[in-house]
Amino acid sequence: MNFRMLSYIDRPSPIHRLTGATKLICFILWSVIGMSTYDTRILFVMLIVGLLVFKLSQTKVREVSFVLTFILIFLLLNDIAIYVFAPQQGTLIYGTRHVLLDLPGRYALTWEQLFYQLNITLKYFVVIPFALLFVVTTQPSEFAASLNRIGVNYRIALAVSITLRYIPDIQRNYHEIAQAQQARGVDLSRKAKFRQRMRQAATIVIPLIFSSLERIEVISNAMELRRFGKKKKRTWYNAKPFAFRDFFAIGFSLALLLLSLWLAIQHGSRYYNPFQ
Amino acid sequence: MKNWLSIRTIVAAGIGAAIFIILRYISIPVGFIPNTTVQLSYIFLALIAVIYGPVAGGLIGLIGHSLGDAFQYGSVWWSWVIVSTLVGIGFGLVSGRLKISEGDFNWKSIALFNIAQVITQAIGWFLIAPVLDIVIYGEPANKVFVQGFTAGILDIVTVGIFGTLLIWIYAQTRTRTGSLKKEA
Repeated sequence: MNFRMLSYIDRPSPIHRLTGATKLICFILWSVIGMSTYDTRILFVMLIVGLLVFKLSQTKVREVSFVLTFILIFLLLNDIAIYVFAPQQGTLIYGTRHVLLDLPGRYALTWEQLFYQLNITLKYFVVIPFALLFVVTTQPSEFAASLNRIGVNYRIALAVSITLRYIPDIQRNYHEIAQAQQARGVDLSRKAKFRQRMRQAATIVIPLIFSSLERIEVISNAMELRRFGKKKKRTWYNAKPFAFRDFFAIGFSLALLLLSLWLAIQHGSRYYNPFQ
Repeated sequence: MKNWLSIRTIVAAGIGAAIFIILRYISIPVGFIPNTTVQLSYIFLALIAVIYGPVAGGLIGLIGHSLGDAFQYGSVWWSWVIVSTLVGIGFGLVSGRLKISEGDFNWKSIALFNIAQVITQAIGWFLIAPVLDIVIYGEPANKVFVQGFTAGILDIVTVGIFGTLLIWIYAQTRTRTGSLKKEA
């Protein structure tokens, strides 16, 4: 089993120098804008800024290409599914009908449908650079500190920190168990039949889960002994102070959110309609 | 504070979310409907929520699904993250009525657990997920309902069979209260 995951890449870039809290706030703000607006102009601004920020972070495309390939395939399948299920959704939303290509049944291709699907694809796509960069440019241990900074209870922030800390451990655990089971003669290759493979998966997954449950007891006892959670606040080794660039990044994202909200209120609808 | 967020709950949420994320990689795609798979991670979520309660279950759904999405796909589908959180809480709500940690998982408990999981997952996948997809992304209604129903039915069936089995296996490893007898 190959666990392909995005992880932190250390580089001297301005994006890396932003505090984790800033990146988290910006990511949340961009997600909110991406989810709330349907305005093509705002979405295009987001796309361009997103690509610029990606460039600025000195992240290479091939370092994240496995994720990008997956997302592009997902977006393509999603678009096909939307067209199959609702080929006239665009007409419904924009209120007009300009037929581009006359296809049988209800499948006539309209400009409205193409425009609607462009927008929905953009909505999914514009958040990707920020989510990617958030993962790739934020040091895991700083992440917990930044969650606490934006007001999340530090106990919950610590839960996130434990998750990040134990993902590699559990991966290693998985491989160890898989190798031990193979040494005992369990066939993990793809040659085995479906039923057998389910049973084999169980021979790995069950020890993995049960050993992790034991680990929960050990760790919580250790934390109890170190008096975790007895005080209202705690400090973080990896917390960074805010600088000008942090305020700039948050200010810019907030301004964009306000702009998109203002446009929606002006129009009386969150859809930007070029057909009227 | 101490009652609803004990150290054990925090650690269970943290480690549980890590396992949840790893288990997402071991899933069987349905294929013809995008972003829909039989997920082993929900089977595990059922077990851990039943042991550690609704707070741990909800946190694992929230942390596990959002971080998992970010690491695996580089973006987060918030509508489904919310549903995972609710499903985790729902699984955990019956934990107080079951006595899994004391090794007791009889037919009554099995029925109770399955009623709870069917109800929460039905509300989550058949109702909340599609509605959020429509509200947030403006997706066509019939498409998201088909997606939600497929994901929901698959999850209800897998949790019903393998989740029950996993909890039963776990209960077998516990020492029953009153299992010791004084020798005559």
